[in-house]
Amino acid sequence: MNTENGPLLKVSKLSKSFGGVMAAFDISFEVKKGELLGIIGPNGSGKTTLVNLITGFVKPDSGRVEYRGRDITGWAPYRIVGLGVARTFQMVRPFYQLPAFKNLIVPLSSPRVKKLSGGRYGDRDAVALDLLEEVGFERDARVAYKTAGSLPQGYLKRLELAKGMALRPDLVILDELFSGLSLAEVASIVPIIEKLVLQGKTIIMIEHRLKELFRIADRVMVLNFGEKIAEGAGSEVMESDAVKQAYLGSET
Amino acid sequence: MEKRKERIDRGIKARSEDIFALTSWREMLYLLAPRALPVVGLLVVIPLTSAYWQEVFISTSVYALLAISWDLLISAGLVSLGQALFYGVGSYIAGSLNYYWGLGPLWTLPIATVVGGALSTVMLLPVLRLRGIYFAMVTLVLPLMFLRLVEATRILGGTEGLTGLTPFPSATFALFVVQLAVLGALFGFRRLMSSDYGLVIKGINDSDRAVMSAGINIYWRKTQVLFLGASVGAFAGAFGTHFDMFAGMPGFALDYSIMPVAAAVVGGMGTFAGPLVGAFILVPLSEVLRALGTLRIVFYGLFLVIFVVGVPEGIFHYVQRKYHQFERWVVVE
Amino acid sequence: MFVGTLVYGFINSAILALVALGFNLTFGISGVANFAYGALYIFSGFLTWILLNSLGVPYLVSVVAAIVCSGLLGLLIYYVVILRVKGLALSEVMATFGLGLAIMELFRYFDFVGFRYTLPVFFDGSLVVGPVFIDYQRIIIGVIAVALTVFLWWFTRHTRIGLAFRAIAQDERTALTFGIDSDRIGALSMAFGAALAAVAAIVILPLGTIAVEGGYEVLINALAVCIVGGLGSTVGILVASVIIGFAQTFTANYLEPHWMFLVSLIAIALVLVVKPSGIFGQQKELEERI
Repeated sequence: MNTENGPLLKVSKLSKSFGGVMAAFDISFEVKKGELLGIIGPNGSGKTTLVNLITGFVKPDSGRVEYRGRDITGWAPYRIVGLGVARTFQMVRPFYQLPAFKNLIVPLSSPRVKKLSGGRYGDRDAVALDLLEEVGFERDARVAYKTAGSLPQGYLKRLELAKGMALRPDLVILDELFSGLSLAEVASIVPIIEKLVLQGKTIIMIEHRLKELFRIADRVMVLNFGEKIAEGAGSEVMESDAVKQAYLGSET
Repeated sequence: MEKRKERIDRGIKARSEDIFALTSWREMLYLLAPRALPVVGLLVVIPLTSAYWQEVFISTSVYALLAISWDLLISAGLVSLGQALFYGVGSYIAGSLNYYWGLGPLWTLPIATVVGGALSTVMLLPVLRLRGIYFAMVTLVLPLMFLRLVEATRILGGTEGLTGLTPFPSATFALFVVQLAVLGALFGFRRLMSSDYGLVIKGINDSDRAVMSAGINIYWRKTQVLFLGASVGAFAGAFGTHFDMFAGMPGFALDYSIMPVAAAVVGGMGTFAGPLVGAFILVPLSEVLRALGTLRIVFYGLFLVIFVVGVPEGIFHYVQRKYHQFERWVVVE
Repeated sequence: MFVGTLVYGFINSAILALVALGFNLTFGISGVANFAYGALYIFSGFLTWILLNSLGVPYLVSVVAAIVCSGLLGLLIYYVVILRVKGLALSEVMATFGLGLAIMELFRYFDFVGFRYTLPVFFDGSLVVGPVFIDYQRIIIGVIAVALTVFLWWFTRHTRIGLAFRAIAQDERTALTFGIDSDRIGALSMAFGAALAAVAAIVILPLGTIAVEGGYEVLINALAVCIVGGLGSTVGILVASVIIGFAQTFTANYLEPHWMFLVSLIAIALVLVVKPSGIFGQQKELEERI
């Protein structure tokens, strides 16, 4: 088992159908440690299903998912998270009545965090506040203390990112983090992601905002109707006929 | 001239989560009073009432235990329509230990609580993974089936039940035991749910996928909460058994299933104090209306429906709101 | 004896199916768990009795009136209770539970207890089929159960309302975009379920007396069948009814009658251990809810 030199994540021929609809068909790809892989494709191409399959929220019909050389296919989500895989959700849904920083208590109560902190939880409130500051919650304006329900989308997305970071993951999967954000908001989040890469984290980003994604992604994979149709650098992938067909042939 | 209601915090409660910055006796009293109320009420006032009413209040406290444990379960999203399951299981375990092996309450109570809680949890384990409706259905059906099981197989005393069991040394003793249990459950659960553990539990109720994706095994957490709630219910059953000196089919009766739900809804779900209040309103009230016999269940049922539809927040939330805020009419420009 | 057991087993299954179909229909379509189901069952029974005996209304009219009234009561419950609590998870469970118990115990309070409360059978007498001696009422139960199943099958596939039912059951949001009013459908599904309870009552109650205990039996049996068969799946209900029905009858004939209901308990226990969501239960775990 080649854990040191092999890819961090290896997906082999993953397939899943929901009542006759092929949501994912024979998808295979690898992600190396420290890479930033982008996954793009028109609506309904199966991007979120793929994330669900990798993170254990959906059990595949066939195929394999290997993390650090270990077969994690069909594992329950909490176990996969325990190994260091974090994901964000497309539809952010925080605990609205709680202050923003209290939203992080749940991931900070995760067994993985406890283990990595040497067996004790530590001061979760303080850690939460620090994490939020890292993702841009201005400390002096005490934004972190505001009720999650009162925050605008930009902050909620950052909160979602912080929730993932709280788990101290090695692999972070971001599902449409940029959706619903203004150019300025996206511009302010990109440095945070770049910092994560510098810290050695591996990132998979599902995105519709191609321009912003291509700037930071090392590689890009294109899905259409549940199948992988292209893979490579952002610019070259957009040149491919299949990809053009997929995007122009449908309403993006 | 249009007016609207404005609600303003009385401003006495300090802002921080855990630390109350107290600067005067008045503030301390303001905070202490509501907490002292149940303690004083249960441990001082009630023992001063007549023997008849003490017995009513013992019964009320037993129901209160079931109601408070029901509230714990619902905090985790588990709607129990069968608190009678826990009561009956605890009752039969304590009764059997006493009847067949001669163990006294000192032994039966703790054993029945833990074993009863564990047994009930195991029975309900498979449905923890499913939608809440399954939990409701299975908790409703199981005690009713056990009822028929006992009746048909005539085990554990059959329809007669196990009689002549060891009573408590005195009624006052029993009173204090159960009141202390109620206070313990009340303050204990409140503390638990306001801690970070409780936050996770409430998170599971709110959005289980979010908690699951935070790396927490939500089923194990639910199991823990279920065990806690079931154990308190089993304790109630064990206590009731020794108090009535009887363990039998009525332990699985619908009374024990519907009353806690009614009490919690009337009193205010999620607060633990609410179910306590609800129990202490409904049970004595139903006692006063005793002449009406089986109308009791009708009574609980109607209160339940009316409050769920009309006053879903319950009495306690309303009172709490009044206590912490004051309202005034403000002219709208 | 064997043939007899088979025949009576079938009838028993029919009874269970009749009883469970209404509850399952309401839940499968609109997600409303109507725990007042048992109450609706005996309400229909008592109403028919009152119309028949105290008011002298002819049988056929009483029966139709009872079915209609039950349906109306279902509608009423939906609009007064369910709609008001919609959104709060499982509040409708608590509400219908309370309401159901209140109604049933109310009947007991008003002394609707005793042997004089019976409904007449459709036809008196019995048939001898081979070695088996079976009364007409039971035959009718079997016939009606089959007919009802077929009718429901046809209804949900060939009528506008029926198709709307299935649409909402499968995917509420999409159905809404087709202009289907989910509240109206919900109300209708309650009414239907209640009417089915009435039909079941009218056909089954003549076998014994109308008793409040019967209401609880019905609720327990309906729930047991749904737990075993899988809530929301009509096929599951039918299969579970057959399994439990036959098992019960065999137990009664070859072992002891009072072990009969133990069958349901064992069935539930087995299902919980092997496949908690029921034989044909479609459990959408965490997965498909995203």
